[in-house]
Amino acid sequence: MSLSRTTRAVLLAFSALVLLFIYAPLALVVLNSFNTSRTFAWPPPDLTTQWWSAALENPGARNAIVVSLEVALMATAVALLLGTMAALALQRFRFFGRDTVSLLIVLPIALPGVVTGIALANAFLTMFGIQLGLFSLVVSHATFCMVTVFNNAIARLRRLGGNLEEASMDLGAGTFRTFWSVTLPMMRSALLAGALLSFALSFDEIIVTTFTAGSGVQTLPIWIYQNLFRPNQAPVVNVVAAALIVLSVIPIWLSQKLAGTDESVAAAR
Amino acid sequence: MALRHEPPSGAALPAPGGVLHRRPRLRLGLLLGPPLLWLGVLYLGSLAALFITSLWSVDAFGGNIERIWTLDNYRDLFTLDVYRTITVRTLLTAAAVTVIDAVLAFPIALYMAKVASPRLQRLLVIAVLTPLWASYLVKAYAWRGMFATGGPLDSVGLSPGYGVTATVLTLSYLWLPYMILPMYAGLERLPSSLLEASADLGAPTRTTMRRVVLPVLLPAAVAGSIFTFSLTLGDYIAVKIVGGANQMLGNVVYDSFLTGNNMPFAAAVATIPVAVMLLYLTAVRRTGALDSL
Repeated sequence: MSLSRTTRAVLLAFSALVLLFIYAPLALVVLNSFNTSRTFAWPPPDLTTQWWSAALENPGARNAIVVSLEVALMATAVALLLGTMAALALQRFRFFGRDTVSLLIVLPIALPGVVTGIALANAFLTMFGIQLGLFSLVVSHATFCMVTVFNNAIARLRRLGGNLEEASMDLGAGTFRTFWSVTLPMMRSALLAGALLSFALSFDEIIVTTFTAGSGVQTLPIWIYQNLFRPNQAPVVNVVAAALIVLSVIPIWLSQKLAGTDESVAAAR
Repeated sequence: MALRHEPPSGAALPAPGGVLHRRPRLRLGLLLGPPLLWLGVLYLGSLAALFITSLWSVDAFGGNIERIWTLDNYRDLFTLDVYRTITVRTLLTAAAVTVIDAVLAFPIALYMAKVASPRLQRLLVIAVLTPLWASYLVKAYAWRGMFATGGPLDSVGLSPGYGVTATVLTLSYLWLPYMILPMYAGLERLPSSLLEASADLGAPTRTTMRRVVLPVLLPAAVAGSIFTFSLTLGDYIAVKIVGGANQMLGNVVYDSFLTGNNMPFAAAVATIPVAVMLLYLTAVRRTGALDSL
């Protein structure tokens, strides 16, 4: 550590401010979910849990949660399969156009959300003649979820190398047997971490969703967005938001447990 | 040795795994086929179709697409003042968000990578990562509460109110972790001994920062800026929540698509962020930032 004492103190102070900037708005949402004032008067005149019980019984929010869970599960299943296959192909083989393929996998999250959204909506409506709904929504989510599984899987494969697989093959195990008994067990925690992050990504997505969900499918973010500007729904929306903040700790905590810090850094990018 | 051990299944009929084992090309094809079909055909095909659609038009009554080649959508986009204003506003917002994030991310990334103890380092990484996975919508909503009339910022006279400033701040907040993480990863790879060597050779902190830290930081910042820039260009929800009546390119895309029922024009507008991102990626390619993505 050769940075001067002053520099370190300034850096610490600045870091603390940035963390305050990151967490203050989230703390406000949680606090406001107990605010007795319907219009979130500041400071809160008094605290209550009535909005939490009102939100628990809100049918719109409950249906939307179920839809979001379904979509996230299906999209994650597809992403898990395709992301793992792509990672195995790119890590275990050298072939022409390999860099292009890895760019292609990142493209759905590297391009702006409205572009992915409108492109897929246009493809469904004008190219395939498929009405927008659950199917188009799951397809679009799987498209950008693939990269989280891919990132986790390839980071693990890179670290493992191929020695154990070669040993397994030398001992007479075939391709499938080797994958099932050697590769998969070693990748399991990384795949689980990738799947969790993919699930969280799908559960939360709104921009692509507004293009590809159609009018009949209401995910939780869509429900929040539609009720955000309705004053009489404000306290319930705020409770849902507060609950989501608290729940968002779960995937990150689990993926930390599963894959370690470095890989979850890679997965987030 | 004359005797060779034959696996039992290989004697009569080769097991499928055995065939695959001898044919790596086939194995590669089976592994790569499905993802490539999905991303290369479905996704890239959609992007190509989007571009083609932008060269069509809609009839004046029902909003049905007429497959007649025309550049009218692009002409409107570049000649009508309202779209030029929105394009400039979106680009300036993206630039401002990128600069703010770089300024905010640098000190905390440096602190995490080079000052904090390993234990604190781990905690800080989690502290920065956790809000990244908190709901996007909830975070934008949180700032709606912060900027509200009578809200916490307003009560101390610091709220800019809903508008472009609020949008820039909210977007900076939303994408901040995307800047912190590459900077942290870059700085962590910088050996501490280099900082020590620089100090031993008599360089003041400022010189060390400029000559040792900055060359590592710059490609990392560029990598982060790809995200802050692209995400800002593609966003239209945050500006709806905290931006008052202001519009960004994303709003024009969405409104033309849904309210206006004019898919060709929406497609034409959507090509602007794609073009900007492609130009941006080509420009930063030379800095080597793409390798650290």
